[in-house]
Amino acid sequence: MSAQARPAHGFTVPQIEFAGVSKKYDRLILDDLNLSVAKSEFLSILGPSGCGKSTVLKLISGLTPASSGRILVDGMTPKNARETMSFIFQDPTLLPWRTVRANAGLGLELERVPKEKRDAQVDALLELVGLSHAGKAYPRQLSGGMKMRLSIARALATDPRLLLMDEPFAALDEMTRDRMNEELLRLRDEQKWTVVFVTHSVAEAVFLSTRIVVLSANPGRVHADMPVPLPIPRTAELRMTPEFEQCVTTVSRTLWEARSA
Amino acid sequence: MCDHGVAHAVGGAFGVRHRLLVLVNSLAIFAALLLLWQVVIWAGHIPSFMLPSPWRVAQVIDERFPALAQSFIITAASASAGLVASILAGVAVALVFAQSSWMRRLLYPYTLLLQTVPIVAITPLIILWVGPGAGAVTLITFIICLAPIIANTTQGLISVDENFIHLFLMHNATRGQVLFKLRLRNAIPSLFVGIRISAGIAVIGAITGELFAGSSSVGRGGLGYSIIYASQQLQTDYLFALIVASAVLGFVFYFIVYFLEWYFLHNWHESARTPEVE
Repeated sequence: MSAQARPAHGFTVPQIEFAGVSKKYDRLILDDLNLSVAKSEFLSILGPSGCGKSTVLKLISGLTPASSGRILVDGMTPKNARETMSFIFQDPTLLPWRTVRANAGLGLELERVPKEKRDAQVDALLELVGLSHAGKAYPRQLSGGMKMRLSIARALATDPRLLLMDEPFAALDEMTRDRMNEELLRLRDEQKWTVVFVTHSVAEAVFLSTRIVVLSANPGRVHADMPVPLPIPRTAELRMTPEFEQCVTTVSRTLWEARSA
Repeated sequence: MCDHGVAHAVGGAFGVRHRLLVLVNSLAIFAALLLLWQVVIWAGHIPSFMLPSPWRVAQVIDERFPALAQSFIITAASASAGLVASILAGVAVALVFAQSSWMRRLLYPYTLLLQTVPIVAITPLIILWVGPGAGAVTLITFIICLAPIIANTTQGLISVDENFIHLFLMHNATRGQVLFKLRLRNAIPSLFVGIRISAGIAVIGAITGELFAGSSSVGRGGLGYSIIYASQQLQTDYLFALIVASAVLGFVFYFIVYFLEWYFLHNWHESARTPEVE
């Protein structure tokens, strides 16, 4: 596994394209970012804090505009492509006054999906994430893992083709996090979304991704862009293999280099 | 208290016994205060027109109950009409304020004006314009209740977690959806903070209003009007009865708001959670 400058997915149409993208707040956060993500890729973004990982997701979703450069999602501007994507925040971002059901159906409701259709879809999704029994509960009654599962159910309700995940499992304990990782991959095998996943955890990135981009900080630049050469589908046992260990070591070393770069 | 296991095991019975004890203690304190009142009258040989006995006050409440109830209802009507109007208008103004910080900067000084100008100073104007009576009293109540509603609701409308806004934007939510499905819902706990404050001053405001704006017909008016009337006639016992009625009206308002707050918030909001819900 070697760090390579550009992705080698010439045969697929890129779903996300960054061409010379810079982002400036009061200082330069991202500098001349060139990046493309192919359909059905699971891309994790790693990097030291302050490298603008989360900003990349905000740029893809159009929640913040690029200062310069061009971003295309499905050939459209980020704002116009929002219908095809869902954002999963680090915080579960559940509306406390809504029941579990009403939270899961929020996206559909905002997109004015008729109630009968919405109900059927919400039932299916709560079943999928194992929250069918808790439909009438309020978010404050849920555990951290359940809240995150609900947040994911809500994101999946609108049938996205692109999932943007900003450290979604950072607040969970390690066991819950590992289980959520496995569940996420199981869902992804069925649904084939493209995922852009921001995390601090190297092991998590290696376990989940087909490709990892490491950013360096101040300003954020692509330091390394590497495929993850582990078999798919991934299972929990993979974490115990020497191949997995080796991948984690390689990525950790790259991350360490990026920090001192 | 000392042992959680035990407290849980006897849960219900313990709760009932505890509440009964609180009730008995409250009644004992009340009885002691009445006794003290009576003792002061006996010891100081205080004449009834200066300080009537508790028994005399109870008697006059019974004797003049129809008149007392009528005053009570008139004041309650003015106070609740003013309060409800201030809630509707206050929320509407807050919705406008929530649209932009520019709007707030431009208009907020006027809500400060509502709070800083003493209501008694503009009461003569109100009487001049709408005439004395229930209309003027309702208007006075409305004016003093408005500022807390506007300030608290605006605060609730604008202090929405940025992630929630982003969530709504990601689903291409319209401005109306963000306002009604997010901001307004988010503002309900703050709105109740405002309503609680305003409910307290609504009763005080209505009674104060009646002291000045009185009644449109002689001998028939709310608690404030009757207080002036009773004091001029030196009917101190009836004056006490009116004070008791005013206090009761304040309690009624407090409990209605308390119940509404519990009803709307107990499912999800920290402030309205009672231990029994756990």
